[in-house]
Amino acid sequence: MSKAMSSFTHAALAASLLACGLVGSVHAQAKTTVNAVMHAPLRVLDPIITTAHITRNHGYMVYDTLLATDKDNQIRPQMLQDWKASADGRTYTFKLRAGLKWHDGGAVTAEDCVASIKRWATQDKMGQLMTSEMADMKVVDVSTFTITMKEASDLAVRALAKPSGVAPFMMPKRIAETPPTQAITTAIGSGPFKFVAAEFKPGVQVVYEKNTDYVPRSESASGLAGGKKVLVDRVKWIATPDAMTSVNALVNGEIDYLEQLPFDLEPIVRANKDIAIKVLDPQGYQTVMRMNHLHAPFNNKKIREAAMYAVGQEPVLQAMIGNKQYFKPCAALFGCDSAYASQEGADVTIKANPKKAQELLKEAGYDGTPVVILQPTDTPSVNTQPVVIGQALRAAGFKVEMQAMDWQTVVTRRANQALPKEGGWNIFATNNVMAEASDPLRAFGVAANGKGAWFGWPDVPEIERLRIEFSRTGEEAKRKQLAGQIQKLVIAEGVLLPMGQYYVPAAYRNSISGALEAPVPVFWNVQKK
Amino acid sequence: MIAFVLKRMAAALPVMVVVAAVVFAILRLTPGDPAAILAGDSATPEQLEAIRQNLGLDKPVYQQFLHWIGQLLSGDLGTSLLSGTPVLEMVVQRMGPSIALCLSTIIVAIVVAIPLGVLAAWRQGKLLDRAVMALSVLGFSIPVFVTAYVLILTLSLGAGWFPVQGYKPLSEGLWPFLRSITLPTLALSSVYIALIARITRTSVIEVMNEDFIRTARAKGLNERGVLLGHALRNAAVPIVTIIGVGIAMLIGGVVVTESVFNLPGLGRLVVEAVLARDYPVIQALILLFALVYVLINLVVDVSYTIFDPRIRY
Repeated sequence: MSKAMSSFTHAALAASLLACGLVGSVHAQAKTTVNAVMHAPLRVLDPIITTAHITRNHGYMVYDTLLATDKDNQIRPQMLQDWKASADGRTYTFKLRAGLKWHDGGAVTAEDCVASIKRWATQDKMGQLMTSEMADMKVVDVSTFTITMKEASDLAVRALAKPSGVAPFMMPKRIAETPPTQAITTAIGSGPFKFVAAEFKPGVQVVYEKNTDYVPRSESASGLAGGKKVLVDRVKWIATPDAMTSVNALVNGEIDYLEQLPFDLEPIVRANKDIAIKVLDPQGYQTVMRMNHLHAPFNNKKIREAAMYAVGQEPVLQAMIGNKQYFKPCAALFGCDSAYASQEGADVTIKANPKKAQELLKEAGYDGTPVVILQPTDTPSVNTQPVVIGQALRAAGFKVEMQAMDWQTVVTRRANQALPKEGGWNIFATNNVMAEASDPLRAFGVAANGKGAWFGWPDVPEIERLRIEFSRTGEEAKRKQLAGQIQKLVIAEGVLLPMGQYYVPAAYRNSISGALEAPVPVFWNVQKK
Repeated sequence: MIAFVLKRMAAALPVMVVVAAVVFAILRLTPGDPAAILAGDSATPEQLEAIRQNLGLDKPVYQQFLHWIGQLLSGDLGTSLLSGTPVLEMVVQRMGPSIALCLSTIIVAIVVAIPLGVLAAWRQGKLLDRAVMALSVLGFSIPVFVTAYVLILTLSLGAGWFPVQGYKPLSEGLWPFLRSITLPTLALSSVYIALIARITRTSVIEVMNEDFIRTARAKGLNERGVLLGHALRNAAVPIVTIIGVGIAMLIGGVVVTESVFNLPGLGRLVVEAVLARDYPVIQALILLFALVYVLINLVVDVSYTIFDPRIRY
């Protein structure tokens, strides 16, 4: 090899090694850092523009909410000192706690909150409902604002305590005035952690440090409410695309916390005495089947009913989860553990009845129109249900056309109202976080206002009337009755088929303690030895 | 030579334009809506349309293309639709692991494969040759992720010598860097060792039958001198070609290794961007990979003149 070549090689090697090093980062290791692998990598920082759960989780790190639900699902003040309802039940006065500060040092004011609520309410369905039922919202003084409803209702309180879907995070007014369809790319909140922008690598890692200016409430933490005391210096979320690698890293002590332990890898972790496994979200998830009411064959109510009878919960859950410890058949649309649990329609939803389905198909005069089922192949949590549904429908006499695609194509295609053979669809399956579906207002899949409804576009005016009545009712007993009526109609009309409830365990090393039971993974109260 | 290089660089421009146009068109034709991905499940059609307007996705396709070309010509690779991060910043963040893995893999592959290939050619038909060929078949038959998991099981979880996952840049120390890059390199280089060893063997065997090899032996040169000084040098052209192709593939095509070992490289970035329909990121990366291919091909062609003085441009 010539000298010139040798020099060139050396220079190229040196430059490359320099590149490997230059694009790294150096930071002083804090005293305690919790290294966590969450269920997805964080890319979008705006928890109002998107319903992505990882962004919601990010929201709970850096932002705070006016109200929050504790572990018993009771609404508690969080940023608020208290709230009061007027004698006529229409006007609610919200007063902020003293000493709340944004991460950039500014004081949290009522103006900030009103601007944040406005931004949130344009994006969130419950917020939109609240706005439509609202007469006025105004700032009274620097720490007080009021919301006046058109009729006596505690909808504003329940909406502002919403834990998930799009949670109503409070932001500085100047940021909250960003149009809700334009993503904010900063993360200035008043929450218990601060976002470390310098160490954020979208899709790779995100780092939060303790907000030393945060003043937690005095009561102990419970669910998403109570005192958010941060007991570690930093939390680092590391994106790990391979589930086996995440588990290996946990076993090897390279990470401390795994938000969602894959069911098939649970036995590996269970055998390890240094790791704890726990279901931290006791409300869990619900898997559902959705039919397209616009086109054949499911524009026929009887055929929808046949499909509902054809699919049983146990085979779906067995294929999805496998481990009986983590699933249960559940007829309740709003969750078997919720205040609005109901058994309406259980004879349709729990156990498959292919014989009944066949009879209904015959009565309906089913002509063999293929049922196009969207099958996402790249997302483990939703790729088994379509296969089981397809087989169940075939057993009942349906003609099925399974179409495999990635999840993002499903997301795009299910919004398409065209005929199934022209790019539309007949069935897709997905999962709900129960915290987002635990009542008829939060559960957007229950809405049945035709083309304004969620994909599938069911049109059942009576359901909408009952939902509005639910939103205006203050009595819990009456709400339960209404929820039962809504569930009965939803099942009868084939709006949504609940296919069971399941729970996803977290896994963390024994050096970690204090992980709270909550519908959202939170890192306050967590300690690391 | 300089004229040749300049001519090749100039010829690369239309290639890049075609790549830009094709990748842009394919993305716009592929199902998927970045606005829906950004907004999530419960966005209304009106909200989605507003997001598309904010992102410039509502404009006619030709306008979007011209806007993007204009950005490129001013050195702006665009901004991620999802995170709002400049694409250049994302590429710089992710380049380090890719370059490190690429270099380490190729270096290990060259250091191991070329001597193996030469030895196999020298001992053609004998046990050594058969053993090298059998190992090379194993090398490119066993999926990289299988090799990776076996290495993790034995050397990380078992022996505790290496971490299971993660990348430490050089700035965090030479030893952490080497520890983090060793297993991915071993896993990935098995394929390239197999490939380069086979090509080396075949090329050297062809050359060993040439007259000048007989002449060299007749002049009293020892076998080592014959192999290294004459045979290998004359067999270098196809070997260098395959090394060049390997480097190009390593830069952006090792997403499986990056996923298993959790290396935040460019391969993972492009797959993530494709799944998320993050158009600016995908477009910039495909262009970057095309440019890398063009440059590597140029370097390989120039290197031919070093190994074979008969080649002149």
